[in-house]
This record gives sequence, C-alpha cells and structure tokens, in this order.
Amino acid sequence: MELRDEDVRPADHQAGSDGPVIDARDLRIWYGTERGAVRAVDGVSFRLRKGEILGLVGESGCGKSTLGRGLLGLLPAGAKMDGELRYKGEDLLALPPKQMFAMRGSELGMIFQEPLTRLNPLMRISQHFEETLKTHEKGISKQEMQRRALEALRVMGIPPTRYRSYPHEFSGGMRQRLMIALALVLRPSFVVADEPTTALDVLVEAQIIRILHDLRSTYETSLLLITHNLGIIAEACDRVAVMYAGEIVEIGDAREVFSNPKHPYTRELLRSTISLSTTGLNYIPGAPPDLVEPPSGCHFHPRCPDAMEVCRTTHPVMRQMPGGTRTQCWAADLANGFVDDLTEDLTTPLTREEISVADEA
Amino acid sequence: MPTKPETVASEGAAGSILMELSDLEVHFQLRGGALSRLVGLDTGSVRAVDGVNLSLHRGEVLGLVGESGSGKTTLGRALLGLAPATHGSITYRPRGKDGKVRERVVSSMHGRELRQLRTDLQMVFQDPHAALNPSMTIETAIGHPLRIHGIASGAELHRRVVESLERVGLSPAERFLDKYPSDLSGGQKQRAVIARAIILDPEVLVADEPVSMLDMSVRAKILQLMLDLKNDLGLTYVYITHDLATAKFFCDRIAIMYLGRIVEIGPAAEIFADPKHPYTKALLQAIPEPDPRQMVPRELPRGEIPDAASPPLGCSFHPRCPVAVAECGWESRDLRSLLEEHWTRQDPAVYEEESALVGDLDRLDEPQKQVTIGTAGSSTRVKQMLDRMRDEKPDEPFWLGVESVTESAGGVDVAFHQGYDPLLRRTDGVEVACVLHPQPVTTEPSRPENHDRA
Amino acid sequence: MLKTLLAPFRNTSGLARWILVAGLLITAVFLVFAIFAPWVAPYGFNQVSANGHPFPKMAPPSADHWLGTNDQFYDILSRVIWGARTEIVVVALSVALAVLVGVPLGLMSGFVGGWTDRTLVLLMDALYAFPSLLLAIVFAFLLQGPLGGGIVAAALALTAIYIPQYFRVVRSTTVSAREATYVEAARAIGARNGTIMGRYLFGNVIQSVPVIGTLNAADAISTLAALGFLGLGIQPTQAAEWGYDLSRALDDAAAGIWWTALWPGLAIVLLVTGLTLVGEGLNETVNPTLRKRRLRKVVMPTREPSTALARGEVEV
Repeated sequence: MELRDEDVRPADHQAGSDGPVIDARDLRIWYGTERGAVRAVDGVSFRLRKGEILGLVGESGCGKSTLGRGLLGLLPAGAKMDGELRYKGEDLLALPPKQMFAMRGSELGMIFQEPLTRLNPLMRISQHFEETLKTHEKGISKQEMQRRALEALRVMGIPPTRYRSYPHEFSGGMRQRLMIALALVLRPSFVVADEPTTALDVLVEAQIIRILHDLRSTYETSLLLITHNLGIIAEACDRVAVMYAGEIVEIGDAREVFSNPKHPYTRELLRSTISLSTTGLNYIPGAPPDLVEPPSGCHFHPRCPDAMEVCRTTHPVMRQMPGGTRTQCWAADLANGFVDDLTEDLTTPLTREEISVADEA
Repeated sequence: MPTKPETVASEGAAGSILMELSDLEVHFQLRGGALSRLVGLDTGSVRAVDGVNLSLHRGEVLGLVGESGSGKTTLGRALLGLAPATHGSITYRPRGKDGKVRERVVSSMHGRELRQLRTDLQMVFQDPHAALNPSMTIETAIGHPLRIHGIASGAELHRRVVESLERVGLSPAERFLDKYPSDLSGGQKQRAVIARAIILDPEVLVADEPVSMLDMSVRAKILQLMLDLKNDLGLTYVYITHDLATAKFFCDRIAIMYLGRIVEIGPAAEIFADPKHPYTKALLQAIPEPDPRQMVPRELPRGEIPDAASPPLGCSFHPRCPVAVAECGWESRDLRSLLEEHWTRQDPAVYEEESALVGDLDRLDEPQKQVTIGTAGSSTRVKQMLDRMRDEKPDEPFWLGVESVTESAGGVDVAFHQGYDPLLRRTDGVEVACVLHPQPVTTEPSRPENHDRA
Repeated sequence: MLKTLLAPFRNTSGLARWILVAGLLITAVFLVFAIFAPWVAPYGFNQVSANGHPFPKMAPPSADHWLGTNDQFYDILSRVIWGARTEIVVVALSVALAVLVGVPLGLMSGFVGGWTDRTLVLLMDALYAFPSLLLAIVFAFLLQGPLGGGIVAAALALTAIYIPQYFRVVRSTTVSAREATYVEAARAIGARNGTIMGRYLFGNVIQSVPVIGTLNAADAISTLAALGFLGLGIQPTQAAEWGYDLSRALDDAAAGIWWTALWPGLAIVLLVTGLTLVGEGLNETVNPTLRKRRLRKVVMPTREPSTALARGEVEV
C-alpha cells in the first residue's frame, strides 16, 4: 500500500488545499445474502476534488447506491468494506464508528431520494435545523442557528416566511430543497446525492439540478451525484463515472465521455437513452449480471457487441485513453494501440449466445 | 397521422374517431378533517380533470403529457370508467362485426356494462411491481381476464395464456407460467402486465407511464414491444407520460395537460417543431439532454404545479409563466408569492423589517382582484417597498397584471387587471389555450377568468 | 406444498427458530395425547374402577395410578390426557369459527367501506373493549340453556370473543390493500367486487391470521380453563377438563395433597406456553420487519495490489 501510494502520487499525502476531498482506492463493499456474498462494489478507485461534481451512472443493481452509502460508512447489515478511503487525507476506514458518526453530517452529507420519509412530520422546519445544528455544533446560539438556517434556505430559494412551517405544508420540490438545505447547513465538504430528483417532476427536477450545479459556488461542496439519468449528468456534472457490475468501467470529463465514449457499455447506454433527438430505439440486450457470481474476465462481455475472446478470459485493466478519460476495456486498448501482444485467437470476436427476452431485465 | 386511410375514405372523419370526450370533468370530494366529515361540512373538491374536450382517432397514439397533478392519470382512468365522470361525457365508438359503428357512452355506464367494456379498453400501469397480485402466479394472473369474462377455460385458457406471453416476448412461456411476480425483473413484469392487457384482444390500450419506473436500458425494449403490438393487433394507444422525450418518439398526437385542462394539443411533429404554449416550451427546455454540446442556457418556470382544489384565476399557468401579460388573471395570491420570493433574496434583517410592515400574508390566500396590505401607519413605506421591488425586477410579469397601487386609509391597495381564462383555439396546426395565441392578442375574452373555478 | 410448510424454518434463524421448534414440540405432545387419548390413557376420563376394583380416593402416585387419583376417584393421568383432547377440540373449533366469521367480515367491511364499515367497526370495537373473560362467561351462561354445558357451547362462547381480533386485523390490511395498483388492475380487467375480494385481496390480507390464530389458541386454553374453574365450562360428565379438575383440587392443596392440582395446572401452563411459542415463532417468519434473514458471512479474499495500480496507470 505504502509503496503504491508513493509510486502513484507522491504529493498527495498532505491534505493540502488542492488535494482531493475524497480519494478512494480499490474500494470493495460486499454484503451477505442467503446465496453468498454480493460483490456490490468490487475494486473502485476515484478521486473527487474540492467543489467538483462527479456523476455516478449505471443501471439499477450495478452497485452505485451501495458505493454512495459506503462512502459515508452506511453499510447494509453484514457488509464488509475494504480498500482505501481517504477524506482530506484522513483514512475513513480506520476511524472508530463513533468518530465516523460524528463526521457524518458535519463533514460528509447525504441527500436522499424520498424527502418526505426523511423529515419528521411533527417537527417544524426550524426545529429540524436547530436539531441538526445542535447535534454537531455544541453551544451554538439561538440567533446563530436561525441565521445559518435562513441562509441555507435562501440559497435553496425557500422563502423565510416558511421557516416555521411543518414538512407537510411543502410541495415535493420544496421538500427536496429542504433536504438539501438541511444537508448543507453544516457546510459539509463532501455530499452524496442518491437519485435526488427521481421522485420529482420534470420542471422541478430541472430546478433542483440547477441548485446542485450552483452549490460549488456557494458552498464549495464536492458532490457525488448518483443517478440513472444520463441527461442529468450532462447538465450538472464536471466528471462522470460509469458503473457496471460493481466496477467503474469508464471515468472522465463529462463532456468528453458523452461525446466520445470509450467503453462499449457507456456507448450503448447513451444509445439506449431516449432523448428529444432520438430517432430510433436502441437497447442493450440481456440484463446486468448477478453480482454473487459475476461473469469471468470483463463483466460486460456477455452483453458487449465488441467482445473478443480475451474479454471472456482476462479482466481488462484501467488505462488512460487519448482524450483523458480512463476506461477498462480490451477493445479500447486495442483500438488505441495499448496492447500489441494479443494473439489472433484472443482477438477473435466472441460469437454471442442468443439472449432471449426472457433473460432480460 | 397514421389514421387508417380506408376508414377515412369510407366513413369520413367522424368514423375515424374512436373515443370522444366532451367537456369532461372529474372532481374528487376532499375528505377534510375528522370534524368537518362528522358534521357533514362541504370540504371542497379537487378538480382533477376540469373540462376536457378530446377525440381519440382509430389507430393513433395519443400522448397525454404533463406533470404530476396535471390530471393526466385521472383522465386515463376515466377513459376506462375507473374514475367516474362528474360532468360531461365519454363516448366510445367501436365497430361491430358487421362493420357498423356503434355508440356507447362510457360515462353513463355502470356495473355489468362497465365491466363488459373492459374487454375493449385495457390499461397498462406505471409500476409493474404493484400492478400484479403478489400472491398469484403469472399463469393465473394473465389468464384471469379470460376467466372473469367467461371467454376461455381449461386447455383453451392455458393455450391463450401461453400465446399471450410469447407475444410479449416472455418465451418460452413455460419458464414463466408458475412464477410469482416477485421472481421477475422489472421489465419482465411490465411485459406480463402488457400480456394481461392484450389477452382480451382490446381495441384501446391506455398506458400510464409504462416505462418511467424502468431502467434506461429497458425502456426502449418495452416501447419497441408496444409499437410491435400496435402494428400486429391494430391497437389504439393513449400514452400517459411526463416525459416529452419518449412522447416525441412514440406519439402521433400530443395533448399537453396542466391542472386538469389541455393547454396545447396537436400533431407531435408540430408541437415539437414549434411549441406555442409557454408551458410546453418550459417542459421542452427542462428535459436534460445527454449531450453536453446541445445544452442551452434556459429560463425555468418558478414554483410548482398549484393545488387543484383552488386553481389560480384566469390561466392556471400564469403564476409560473415567464411571458405572462396583463390579461392572464393576476390576483392576490400572486402578490404573496412575489413578496415571498423578494424576501428570499433579502437579508434576514430586511426581511424582518419588511414583513412587519406588510403584516399577515394569510389574508392574501383567498383569491381577490383587489387587496389591501399593510396598515394606515405603514402605507407610505409599503408603497415604497413595492416600488423598490418593481425597480429591482422591472421585467417581472406580475407588474403587467397590476392595474394600480394606491395608498389608502387602510394601507396600500393593489388592484389587478381584469383577466380571462383562455379556451383552446386553433393556431397554425395546433390548438392552444393561451391569451397570447393566436397572435395578435384578441381583445375578446373567451371566458371570464372566474369561470366556475375560483 | 412441503416447501410452503417448511418456509418458517428456512426463513428463521437463531432464537426465532428455537422458539418455534420448542413450541411445536410441546404442542405436538399434547396433540398426540388428544388424538390417541383412548390408547394412551390407561383409563377412561370418568372411569372409577378397573377389573371390578374401585379406584382409591385421592391416592398418591403409584404403579396403578402414575399421577394418583382425585376426590372423585378418577385417575389423574387419564384425566390429563383426556383433558388434552377436550381442550384441543374446543380451541380448534372456536378458532376455526372465529376465523370463518371474522376474516370475511373484516375483508368485506374494509373493502366496501361506508356505513357498513362504520357499523361493523363500532360493533366489533364494543365487543373487543369488553373484558374477554367476562364476555366468555356471559356467552357461556347464555348458551348453557339451549346447547347444554358441552363442547360446542364452550367453543361458541370462545368464538364470540375472538372474532373482533380477526376482524380488526383483516379489515385494516384490507383498507390499505384496497388502494393497491393490483386491485385497480383487477377492476380494469373487469373483475367484480366478489372476485377482487376473493382472488386479489384475500391472499394478501390473511398473512397474519395464522399468527393470531395460534396466539388466540393459547389464550383460549386459559379462558376455557377459567370457565371450567368457575363451573361455567364443560360439565364433568361430558368430558375431562383441566380447569374443572383444578377447581376441585383447590381444597386438597391445603391438606397436603399436591398431586390433584399439580398435573392439570402443569398441563395448562405447558400447552399455553407451547402455543404462544409457536405464535411468536410464526410471527417472526410472517412479519418481515421482525425477520432476520440468514445471511451468509462475507469472506473477502485479500487482494494483491492490482497490476494497473502498481503500474501507476490509474491516476483518476
């Protein structure tokens, strides 16, 4: 571990002002089921800089929610996590649970999908803020609490006249703004937003995305935005990580990844998305694999249109591609001249087994 | 529009209309609090569908597009008689075996007749996980419509279930027959729901957000299946969605709904090429495009869809409309929103001071065309505050609707222009309900703004 | 079929499973007693002599009478075994009747709603609010006239006090299930109300009925014994009943005769415990919020530093 760190990024140990806020290396989160361990997150590495928004995208069941929660130390019962996870240089996995709990909220925040279920219906909005602030900042004065709360509400566009209202008096979009305000009132440096707009309408969704996008200028928060909607990523994120079967298969600048996808999964996902410019229907055959027993080699090979013999047998490595994105794909390696020692047998295209609709998701 | 040409030729335009809604209203009684229910107070009603005229042509895909609360789902349910019409009529014109078109009034059907209707009109639901009985096997569930209507049983039932499952792509059917819904993936469940809907060989399929709960990679597959079924079985679709992107691809004609009314309707191609209603424009702009190169900076309408129990006066969209004019039906509640929005931008100290000047905002909640704020003592300062607000945001459409702001004995009187509630009117190839269409603005109000709404 | 029966076992672990197993074992012993009473019991429940020799009165346990005899010359072991049959028949009958009445009533009330619902809820709540033993006494008293002090009368008296429990549980689950999409879907395919209730709601609202059933059974045992103790239950000439035996043995204890009271008392305690354990065990399996699934332990193989990382190719 030590060796690797020094090899790879000698300057990163100091949590300097421009060091990454989150630095995950080879992170794994497995959780138990009756059938065995689900490898929900299986060797994920990424970094998040200050004020940066990273989009995490993938089909349901690819492990993106588990990863998002895992980063905050929220794991399902019986789950195990290993690898390296540094927050401003501090190893989060080595922290005792009590300290991790204290960091949640004040340093690490979370925005959930269903805002109503996270708000206590019997408490006024003001009480929600007061409780949050009191828990994390002992001895804070009443005036200071109100000032901070109103400031957070103002940034979210919630009128101060509603400060003493109850959660049920708010509309769905307002509630989500409230949740974001509550998550940000403690000014955490890192926030995970798990599908924050899925339950909302198109226009409200657009409003929330704009708010999330503007967060960096007001709070300098680093944000991990989990979504299955590629459009949202394109709108709000600086960088995007595409997750498939517990792994990040492609990560890079959002603009570059979307206009020039290197991994076949990214490409197919983009093609299957129905947008205003869609003229024909495309889809990825088959379903995401069972993460108890993921496929051999590259996990995507059974559904990949570009799969070769080598994809079935050997797991590809993550490489930087021209254009700056990083991806793990044999076909991309071959196309960009990273591997020239592959024999002809290994590069023969895989004859894909006919995938019947019955096996699809 | 893919209306079958031979139909049009032989029977004229009227013959191609399969369903017709005229002035349809579906209102739900509000339950109110325990006390008001006990003493039988009138608790008001929600106008889920509030005066809709619409015709569904044979063989077309009609899209009902809107946000939640727009009444699109209620309208879809009303088509099948699942939500009773409180006013207006729904007429269904099936063609009998002899080729003659009969007329059946869905909105006045009850009991047995209504159940019988369901062999012709069927529905696909948004949430496939919830639409199947968790304690019924797929075979029983898919075959149940045939059993209920006494159409098939025994070996014949089994044969038709297998046929229906294979038709929706769940093949080999044997693999699914004795499964429970919980054993199936989301896409498979939605296929099963579709199989159940088509097993009765219906004529119209109302699809309520059939793909919105599914993964991106599965949506296209289900839409493709629905297109195939439409062609193979000669179905007519009503496609309910909030997603304009799928509607653009899937629909022949689109009706944009807002707060229980249709605000724009026309051929999909024309609506997308040249949206007329500000709401349609807003919806189109709000769709996040997965292509960073096509991103355009955009003006988003503020706020959210209002409460259908007390809709805004005049045009329902005016409080959110970026291009609203004087005639849109401005009223006291808009003043409240404006003040709240203003204070959101102010320092807490300024807010404290100004809100004390204005006093209680709750009196603005009752829709009024003229309202007094502040007190006799504070009138000058309230007037100054309003002037400041107008100077800060002179483009705010609200000020167009204000007729006068005058200091009076009781405070500051704010009076609003007379507005009107626009009806659907033909403009180019579409019909739009907006005071701005057709251009130039007609002076003749089509219906008073308080038209049985406020 | 076997799979469904075994589901409670597969789905439980640890304590919940042991509770269920212990409860089932105890209950099974009493079931065997009840079913095979004529063969298991050495004598009849009202037999006072064998082979021409009359039984001794209040004899301590001996080779002939393992648990002794009581003041009516009855063999206590036989009374306990025959008593098991009485208890189980009465309880099974009463629970079955309560389910048969309470479940459909609750289903209909919850589905139809309106005034029917309000009236039924009021009625059932009134019944439920009544102290159950008092209610049972009233019913037992009323039924003793037309039906006599037999097994059926006792069962009916118990039925009356348990109906509201099934009604309440089934009604409340129906009220929430009524709004489910699958019910609307059933309407959309043209199902009539009866079909919706029978085919779509029934299977989904009765899931907690077995739990209430077993817990009720436990409760019914003690109520039946209490009725017998008060002399309002089954008449001693009709069947052996633990509560009645217990009440007769009350005076003996003061005289140092412990065996007449101990065994019927112990039988009551054991059967009630057994049934309660089964009920609690079932509850854990039926109620998903209480259930702790048996998860396999996660073993993560330690990984060698991945080649890509070592080569410094990942600089994300």
